[in-house]
Amino acid sequence: MISRVLAMVLRYMFIYKRSFIRIAELIFFPLMDLLVWGFVTLYLEQVTQSKAVLFMLGGIVLWDIFFRAQQAVGMSVLQEMWVGNTLNLFVSPIRPHELILSTAIVGFIRATITATGLGICAYTMYAFNMMDLGLSLVPLFGLLLFFGWTIGLFTSALILRYGEAAESLAWIVPFLIQPFVAVFYPVSALPTYLQTFAQIFPCTHIFEGMREVLRVGGVPWREMGTSFLLTLLWLGFTGTFFARTLIYVRTKGYLTTASRG
Amino acid sequence: MQSLIVNNLWKKFGTTAAVKGISFAAERGEILGLLGPNGAGKTTTIHMLLGLTSHDEGSISILGLDMPRDRYAILQKANFASAYVSLPGNLTIDESLYVYAKLYNVEDPARRAREVLTELEVDLPGKSLIGMLSAGQKTRLNICKALLNKPEVLFLDEPTASLDPDIAIKVRELLKKLRKNYGTTIIYTSHYMQEVEELCDRAIFLARGSIVATGTPTEIRERAKLKSLEEVFVTIARDGELRDSDDKEER
Repeated sequence: MISRVLAMVLRYMFIYKRSFIRIAELIFFPLMDLLVWGFVTLYLEQVTQSKAVLFMLGGIVLWDIFFRAQQAVGMSVLQEMWVGNTLNLFVSPIRPHELILSTAIVGFIRATITATGLGICAYTMYAFNMMDLGLSLVPLFGLLLFFGWTIGLFTSALILRYGEAAESLAWIVPFLIQPFVAVFYPVSALPTYLQTFAQIFPCTHIFEGMREVLRVGGVPWREMGTSFLLTLLWLGFTGTFFARTLIYVRTKGYLTTASRG
Repeated sequence: MQSLIVNNLWKKFGTTAAVKGISFAAERGEILGLLGPNGAGKTTTIHMLLGLTSHDEGSISILGLDMPRDRYAILQKANFASAYVSLPGNLTIDESLYVYAKLYNVEDPARRAREVLTELEVDLPGKSLIGMLSAGQKTRLNICKALLNKPEVLFLDEPTASLDPDIAIKVRELLKKLRKNYGTTIIYTSHYMQEVEELCDRAIFLARGSIVATGTPTEIRERAKLKSLEEVFVTIARDGELRDSDDKEER
């Protein structure tokens, strides 16, 4: 199993070896977000004397951890379709859970690179120190990765089912939930009827927890515990959805029609 | 000893039956041609043998193991190549073969990758990006991938479709050598009937999901009283069946 997982990690990492654009992509878009929203909130802070800049920058960095993890898992099948390699992969002895595990590892590497890069930039430009989150940073990072992989699994299932037609879905799924999960503003800023809805997402509790730490310090155990339990529930749902989708595409023959290069 | 036993295999897509209760077997070291016009059901059959598409009825036994129950154990001992599937274009030859050798748990992946490249006379720098290779080179590389784990059963879907005649001859020679040296069972689809006559021990003709002729290429040709396998193919493609010569005379 380790050999197969390692093989797939290498398969995705080899691409970065000679692609400056791919490496730059890990940092470029998040950095642009950081610049635009960082300066906007810096201005707002001058006007309102609030902690808005702190929350906004924390939100940007943490959101990108989730996004990178989701993309690594969610886009892997699509990448194989683009290069006509899906069939070769699915007739190899790699099990679906091994493939998912390898993409999760790649997601961890990508998220770490992005978070480190953004953390350095945020500190240099806005004197925002990610380390202010203290020990909480580790579980916050871990929970976001975990939920990112979970949503990535859901995205992978959609791509297996609908093929390259689902490409845009793979990109937009994270942004479908973004307005409701309190990335840049607290849940209390949402209309009342959406506040309950926001609670079902594990990352809502992570972003609320982040704001709690930046505001009062300490470790937000309650938010993190809730987030962990919710992520397990989501993983159960998306794991079942993925497994059932795999059975469905094998029955319908979609796996092979989507595989020809 | 039989490497592959297919019994009463059925596959329906909606209301259309793509494969209608076919049964056949392949001996160890046999090269079996799975032939027929487009839409005959041969690719669906291969995909069911590989567990990519599930079958509705019937059974598949490969090397004594059940597909799909023992799918991963089978895939460890089998491999597949097709002219229509390529290795990742964004990897180099060395990287790609290394990754696949690792996926098949091959010992010393780099050495084995070099061995298969030499066997197939792929004389390209290992650092060449696969996306930059010609269609023929990609096809040969895909066959290299299929040989990495020294498969006991090899599924080849039109493997010579985009190859120069010279390279196609080399591939055929290699397949004969594989069968002779390792006893590899090869399930082969092709539209080149001359190639089938030269390479296959037996052939199965499919039309509209059913087996319409089976036997050695010579037996099939003689039974139909046709001059070549090419004519057999054309007759099946046009009529959807192959009547015995006696039936023809009665008509």
